Order: sequence, then C-alpha cells, then structure tokens
Amino acid sequence: MIFIGERINAGFKDVKAAIQNRDADVIKEWAAKQTNAKATYLDVNMGTASNKPEDLCWMIECVQDECDTLISIDNNRPLMLKEAMPVCKKPPLINSLTADETKLDEMLPLIAEHKASFIGLVMDESGSPKDSAKRVENAGRIVAKIMEHDIGPDQLFLDPIIMPLKYMQEQAKEIMDAASQFRLFTDPPCHIVGGLSNVSNGTKYKKLINRIFATMLVANGLDAVICDVMDETLVNAILTAELVMNKSIYADSYIDAFRR
Amino acid sequence: MELPDVKERWTDRVNEVTIGATTEQGGTRTSTITVGGQTTLPLLDFEGDIPNKSVIAGFIADAVPDWPDTLKTAIGDEINSPVEWAQKSVEEFKVDALCLKLVGADPAGKNASPADCAKVVEDVLKAVGVPLIIWGCGDDEKDSQILPDCSQAARGENCLIGSAKESNYMTIVAICKADKHKVISEAPVDINIGKQVNILLQDAGFNLNDVVMFQTTAALGYGFDYVYTILERARAAGLKGDKLMATPIISDVGGEVWRIKEATVDEDILPGWGKLEKRGPSWEATCAGGYLQSGADILIMAHPGAISTIQQTLAQLV
Repeated sequence: MIFIGERINAGFKDVKAAIQNRDADVIKEWAAKQTNAKATYLDVNMGTASNKPEDLCWMIECVQDECDTLISIDNNRPLMLKEAMPVCKKPPLINSLTADETKLDEMLPLIAEHKASFIGLVMDESGSPKDSAKRVENAGRIVAKIMEHDIGPDQLFLDPIIMPLKYMQEQAKEIMDAASQFRLFTDPPCHIVGGLSNVSNGTKYKKLINRIFATMLVANGLDAVICDVMDETLVNAILTAELVMNKSIYADSYIDAFRR
Repeated sequence: MELPDVKERWTDRVNEVTIGATTEQGGTRTSTITVGGQTTLPLLDFEGDIPNKSVIAGFIADAVPDWPDTLKTAIGDEINSPVEWAQKSVEEFKVDALCLKLVGADPAGKNASPADCAKVVEDVLKAVGVPLIIWGCGDDEKDSQILPDCSQAARGENCLIGSAKESNYMTIVAICKADKHKVISEAPVDINIGKQVNILLQDAGFNLNDVVMFQTTAALGYGFDYVYTILERARAAGLKGDKLMATPIISDVGGEVWRIKEATVDEDILPGWGKLEKRGPSWEATCAGGYLQSGADILIMAHPGAISTIQQTLAQLV
C-alpha cells in the first residue's frame, strides 16, 4: 500500500498558522511524525492560507529539510505546480488533475518532464460523477491522455472520488464498482487511490467508517490512500486487508515488519 | 495479425549477493560468485534482466556422508579428505563454489569439536580459491558451538553461513556481523516462516541484502511440489515489491537426493528401476533442473556426473 500522509494541510489550524507565520517547526514536526509512521508520500496543501507559489515551495522545502519522503503537491493550478515541481528533490505526486482534456494537455508534458506521477480525479467539467459508469468513462479519458503523452500507467493514480457516506449513501457501492474496473485499463494496471477521510465527513464514528471503507476498497483494487497515517488501527486494518487479498505474504510479524 | 504482448512486467528486483572476498576485498579468494539481481522469473530473459547465472556449489564434508558406494566411487578416494575433495571439486568438477557441510560435528555421529571444525574450514580455504559456504550439522545446540569458531577461522572471506532459523538466528547474526559473512535463512517448507525469519534477521540488525533464502529442499513427490511452488511464489512476491522475499535462493540438491531410496538403492531391491549407477546422478540432475526453473540461484550438488549435466544445461539455457 502506498500511504499518502494527509496532515500537512492548511485545513488544520496549526498548519494554517504555520504557513502564515512561516513557522517551519510545525511543518517539520508533521513531516517527521508521518515519515516515522511509514508514509510513502507526504501531501502538502496550503489551502486558503495563501495563494503564493513561494509559500508552497517553502512548505516543500521545510519537508525536505526534515526527511527524504516523497512529496505529494496538493494543488491543481498549473502556475503553482510549475513553480513547485522543480523544488522537489525526487519526482513528486501531483494531487490532482481531472478528466479535463485541455488541462491534461497543458500539464502532462510537464509531468512527463519531471518523471512525476499524478492523481487523476475521475470528474470532468460537468462535475462529480454520480455512478460507476461515468467514473469509468472519465478514467478512460485520462488513461487515453497518458498514452498520448507517453506517461506510464505506474505514474497514474486514478481516484474514483470518495464521497461522504452520511449524505450520499448510495455512492460507496458505485465507487467500489468503478475502482475494480480501473484495473482493467492497462497492463500493468495504474494505481488506484482515494481520499479516505471524505467518506466519514460529518459522521460520529469517523475512524471506524474510514477503516471499514478502506478495507472494502482494498478488496476492490485500492493500492494507494490519502489518509491519517498516524491512525495505527487504520493502517493495521489496511495491511491486513492486503493479506486477505493475497497481495502480500503472511508472516507472524507482518505488522512489526511494516513499521520497521 | 499482431500478436498480443503477454510479457509480465515486474516492479522490483531480487537482491544481488556476492560470496567470497579476493585479496583486494580483504579475503584470500581467487574468485567470487554473485547471484540474484533478476527483474523477472527464472530463464525468462526476454521479460527482464538476468544479470547473474545460477551457480553450482560442490558438496564437500568433514566426514564421509552415509552415501551409496556408486556416489563415493564417482567422487573418488578424495572423499575421505575434505581438502582433497575440495581440490578435486574445483579442479576436475569445475564447481563455482564449495559448500562445506560439517556433518562430522553431529553429536549422534563423530561429534567433532569446534576446534576440529574450524581447522577443516581453515584447511579448505587454504587449499582452494573459490568462495565457501559453511553449513552446520543441523543440530541447533551443536551448531551454536561450532559455527562461531568456523566463522572466525574464515574471517574476512565473505562466506555464506548456514543456517539461521527461528530457533537460532541470534547466534548466526552475531557471528556473521562480527566476521562479515552472509547468512542463509532457513524455513521448513513454509513461506510464512521464511518471511518471518527474514523479518527476525532484519530486526536483529542484519541487512537483507546479505541474505540467501533456504526453503529446505525435497527430492521427490509432494515434497518437491511444495518446495517448487514455494520458491516460485517467494520469487514472484519479491519481484512484486515484497522486499522481505527478494533474496536469492539456495537449494541443497546433493544433500537431499542422496538420502532417498529412489537414488540410493540398486536394482536388487528395486527391480525394474534401472542401474543405480545411472539412476542416482540422473535423479540429482533432474531435481537440480527443476529447482533451477523454480528460482534457485545456488545449487548444492554432489555427483560429478550430475554437476556436469547441469553445467551443460546452464550453458545452453542462460
């Protein structure tokens, strides 16, 4: 499983304040904590705290001063990405692009140049899809574009768009249906990712809902997840789901082995 | 019509492990062997890289094993001296490495002392220039007495030492770290324990890049089937990114084949099975060929005829 740590996000008050005050320690602390928790990527999002590319670059540099974990740039504005990508010491993950073909044509050459990866949200100009068929259709358009731009399937993370369970209960099944079909587009298949915490939005038992949905998504091909990597119970559940799916070989110390 | 591309694409590679150290590397070996490094399944060189051929390690021992006369005759009188046996294996049988089995240390047999065993290691290292695999007698308690001395006698030679199991890995790790040797991790035909032992080695601070996996070896029937599929599955897992399974693999073909009745009992007892003289080495070669296909990087072999057959196979296949 590719774990993408969600915590360096201006949606959290401490991070927002840190960006506004240029307080590197807060960013570094979260970089270190999530790295210790075995995050593969650290998502960096400055939300509404700023709209200046230099602030985004500063955040990335703070993270890179602390650790060499891969960076996920959580921004969809080409101007910002163009500034931020060269700052990354290793190929970053761009979070995210959509099935908007004009925008893909603009961004994909840049992604190819940096050997970066990107999250392809399966939505288009008309908004978020409501069923699995529309999700698969949008995914197909993204896949066609990566082929056109000579980007490998391992550089694409298709995101079926996880929606809040509480408000759209009928969506979970559509999301899983779509995810299981994403695997069939290419050989080897592209990655399948989801922003997990969306599912528990507004609910009382957030961690439980996140955990259950994560394991169900693993059963449908999810191999990357944006989540709270500090939630040990969640991570353990995902590792176990991967065993159940025969994606990794069982050993008594499989949990410890992951955390070493 | 365009043929569909059915090549498998793997994401990872098997660790590359070198055994033996030359003078420049702090040892006295005149050659070294490197195994692993593949990015695809055995022999499928059209799918990925296979930078290193599998190698044959000649079986030698500090005491004559309980083997049929046909095998002892094929090896010759040199079998009575580990040093001469080693020399003949290198010079005449042309093996790439040697595997010294300290069967003489077995408490149920000669019960050789740690000093005796270390002396044999030293003598063999002096007599030949190929890399050495040093393997205990299989009795955990006795091995923990003899292997530290043997390891020290071979200090700096970058040997491969066997074997680390769930029950004794701490000792093996300690001596191999101290004397800079590589480790064989052993599991009893059990992929889960195989992975577990590798986790334990890693927890004990041993680098998995210095480990060769041993899933025991079987020489016929279901046993062979089990081991074959385990090796195959372990290798596929390693190529798919399971770092704990991405180690080279060793198979003890010689040590196992010459224990089964099919390879040791002649026509007088098994009528219709053909002359043992021919059947024995055929059995060993067939078995080795099977393990080669399942992913073995190091084959320990005993019969010069079987060794020669597999050398030809390797020359043709890879």
